[in-house]
Amino acid sequence: MSPVETDVKTLVIDGKEVSAHAGQTILEVARENEIAIPTLCQLDGLSNVGACRLCLIEIKGSNKLLPACVTAVQEGMEVVTSSERLLKHRRTILELLFAERNHICSVCVSNGRCELQSMGQQLGLTHIRLPYRNPDLKVDASHERFTVDHNRCILCMRCVRACAEIEGAHVWDTMGRGINTIVITDLHEEWGESSCTRCGKCVQVCPTGALFEKNKIGADHPKSPDFLPYLNMMREAQ
Amino acid sequence: MTIEELDQIAASVRTEREQYDHEINVCLGTGCLSQHSDRVKEALAQAVEASGKKVYVRRTGCMGLCAAGPLVLVDPESTLYQHVHASHAETIAASLGGAPVAELQCDLRDHFDQQVHVVLENSGRIDPERVEDYIANDGYRALLTALNDMTPQGVIRQITESGLRGRGGGGYPTGLKWGTVAKAKGDVKYVICNGDEGDPGAFMDRSVLESDPHRVLEGMAIAAYAVGASKGYIYVRAEYPLAVSRLTACLRDARRHGLLGNGIGNTPFNFDVEIRLGAGAFVCGEETALIASIEGRRGTPKPRPPYPAVSGLWGKPTLINNVETLANIAPIIRKGGRWFAGMGSERSKGTKVFALTGKIANTGLVEVPMGIKLREIIEGIGGGVPGGHKFKAVQTGGPSGGCLPESMLDIGVSYDALLSVGSIMGSGGMIVMDDTSCMVNVARFFIEFCMTESCGKCIPCRAGTAQMFTLLTRICTGKGTMDDLALLEDLCSTVKEASLCGLGQTAPNPVLSTLKYFRHEYIEHIEHKRCPAGVCQMEAAEEVHA
Repeated sequence: MSPVETDVKTLVIDGKEVSAHAGQTILEVARENEIAIPTLCQLDGLSNVGACRLCLIEIKGSNKLLPACVTAVQEGMEVVTSSERLLKHRRTILELLFAERNHICSVCVSNGRCELQSMGQQLGLTHIRLPYRNPDLKVDASHERFTVDHNRCILCMRCVRACAEIEGAHVWDTMGRGINTIVITDLHEEWGESSCTRCGKCVQVCPTGALFEKNKIGADHPKSPDFLPYLNMMREAQ
Repeated sequence: MTIEELDQIAASVRTEREQYDHEINVCLGTGCLSQHSDRVKEALAQAVEASGKKVYVRRTGCMGLCAAGPLVLVDPESTLYQHVHASHAETIAASLGGAPVAELQCDLRDHFDQQVHVVLENSGRIDPERVEDYIANDGYRALLTALNDMTPQGVIRQITESGLRGRGGGGYPTGLKWGTVAKAKGDVKYVICNGDEGDPGAFMDRSVLESDPHRVLEGMAIAAYAVGASKGYIYVRAEYPLAVSRLTACLRDARRHGLLGNGIGNTPFNFDVEIRLGAGAFVCGEETALIASIEGRRGTPKPRPPYPAVSGLWGKPTLINNVETLANIAPIIRKGGRWFAGMGSERSKGTKVFALTGKIANTGLVEVPMGIKLREIIEGIGGGVPGGHKFKAVQTGGPSGGCLPESMLDIGVSYDALLSVGSIMGSGGMIVMDDTSCMVNVARFFIEFCMTESCGKCIPCRAGTAQMFTLLTRICTGKGTMDDLALLEDLCSTVKEASLCGLGQTAPNPVLSTLKYFRHEYIEHIEHKRCPAGVCQMEAAEEVHA
């Protein structure tokens, strides 16, 4: 008899034995088992791009670090989600983000509700060793309801994905290369002049204060990106 | 087209050649062309016609020794002339049948005798745009043999037996890659030729595409037969206009001769190739970014797995091979995998083409067996460092590679040996530096290259290379501190281990290797505000004690 192929995989995450469906990612399985892996670009309901590199994990037997959000589980895998090496890289990545643009929490609409800020607290980031780049970036307030402040953007591309995948408008995209990359609306038209449908999904999914609603600050401006999985579920049910 | 018809074409080319007493080959590759070798060819054609001698003047691709261009080779005497100007045409024409023109003669036996030409066997010997010339040199014989006498598995077995590894730099076993794509489920599969050569100082793929394009097309067709694909793409940089125009002409010729298209060689095998132009992004040499670019999207890499072998172009199983890899296929099928495996070192078989540039006498293209010592390439074939200067370092593998000092010159060139000393084989760029080069400045140059070529998708590469560039600039201008150096090393490890694709993962290599072998130069810049090579301008001596 040939061995029976099963749909269920068993693996070990941080010493804990867990089971998973074939095709599930390590991140999904870890979260089901209340093992927290830090993420920034990942958001339930959007496709995964593996870009922020915070969710890197170690797999026993391999020297390579793999992003948990896009790595599928395999039978017998032994995953380590936190170690000295991983913490060092995660902190450095956050430092790189904080030094890349102008993240000044005290004057930010999302102060206290920012995923970048809370990730810094969570990973015990006390200071930035790197020189601040202080780039000269624009603020586009041409839209009647929303504003984009590129100084606070971390290029997680959630807005691009939400607009293309959920709203189906694909107004947001990226321009430029490397350190000069910015998100743009349409073909670099002002947001207010663009083909934006004014649905506001991009604002809700933005992890920082880069995209925000006008006339709202701080406590007035909670973002609730949790509607995406629900929206997807209801659409599939239809 | 059958093998018999190939033989007929080859025979008619030979008959045609017999009419002539001499053949004059003029290099019309990009290097020689930049020095007006087209005018040389025209002048030679006029001169021989005026002289009444029976001479055929042929346009060829690269002869390798770009430093001595324009090059002219006279057969059957095998006399090589260097630095030929159009005004020399009459002298050369007059000399035919007599003594060669001594003052133009290029006598570099050492340079050519130590090389083994497999990929470059036709370069500088045939007219790249005449399919008949290629056929007369056993061209398309391997394809028709494979189609008529071999199973796809049989082809893959030969490639596996040859031990050929990817020539784009990664060194992944080619036979294994082909086998994976062949086994992948799917009725539609693709073959892609990666000609997005972007390393500074590298021009191997360009020369192959310019000098012998049919060889690459034949390799692609054999690959397509082996993996079960019927459509191929050549992704080539738009900055290589000559390669693109020659490829376009060759595609047309190959289709006209029934060597591409439907029912190739009177078999049910169909295969055609399209050219896609790259817009000059270095990252598009990375296979997932290249695929995105062919699909018309922004050229950014995706995490692997899934590998292109399983889900590549438009989600279909896709085989991606580099130009030089595909150029090796036809001779392997013709002569057998074992013949190829007989060359080279234990785990790196065959030959490798290198582009020798920088402070070296014989700038140009060389092809050597794997396992040859770096010293033999640089001091022997390359003719050493000119101008009485002292050798300092050799940079292999482009921006992903490392700088190796004199003490490392006796290692044999192979994927594993270069990796073990902190560099990589890469696609074959080899930049030689002498004592006028500052190694900190060299590291800064390569990091700047990676910074501007980073696609911006993942944070370690996007922001990490930018920060490394800032720190290296500080050191190069005398503003650096030992803390900056420590921070630089710390960043190297994160960019190397955490980046998404090969560009970021290898970007710190020039910094790491110069820190390993030339650390004293960094210290000299930081502690004594002095650049030992006299390259860096120190700005801020007075700020130091402030």
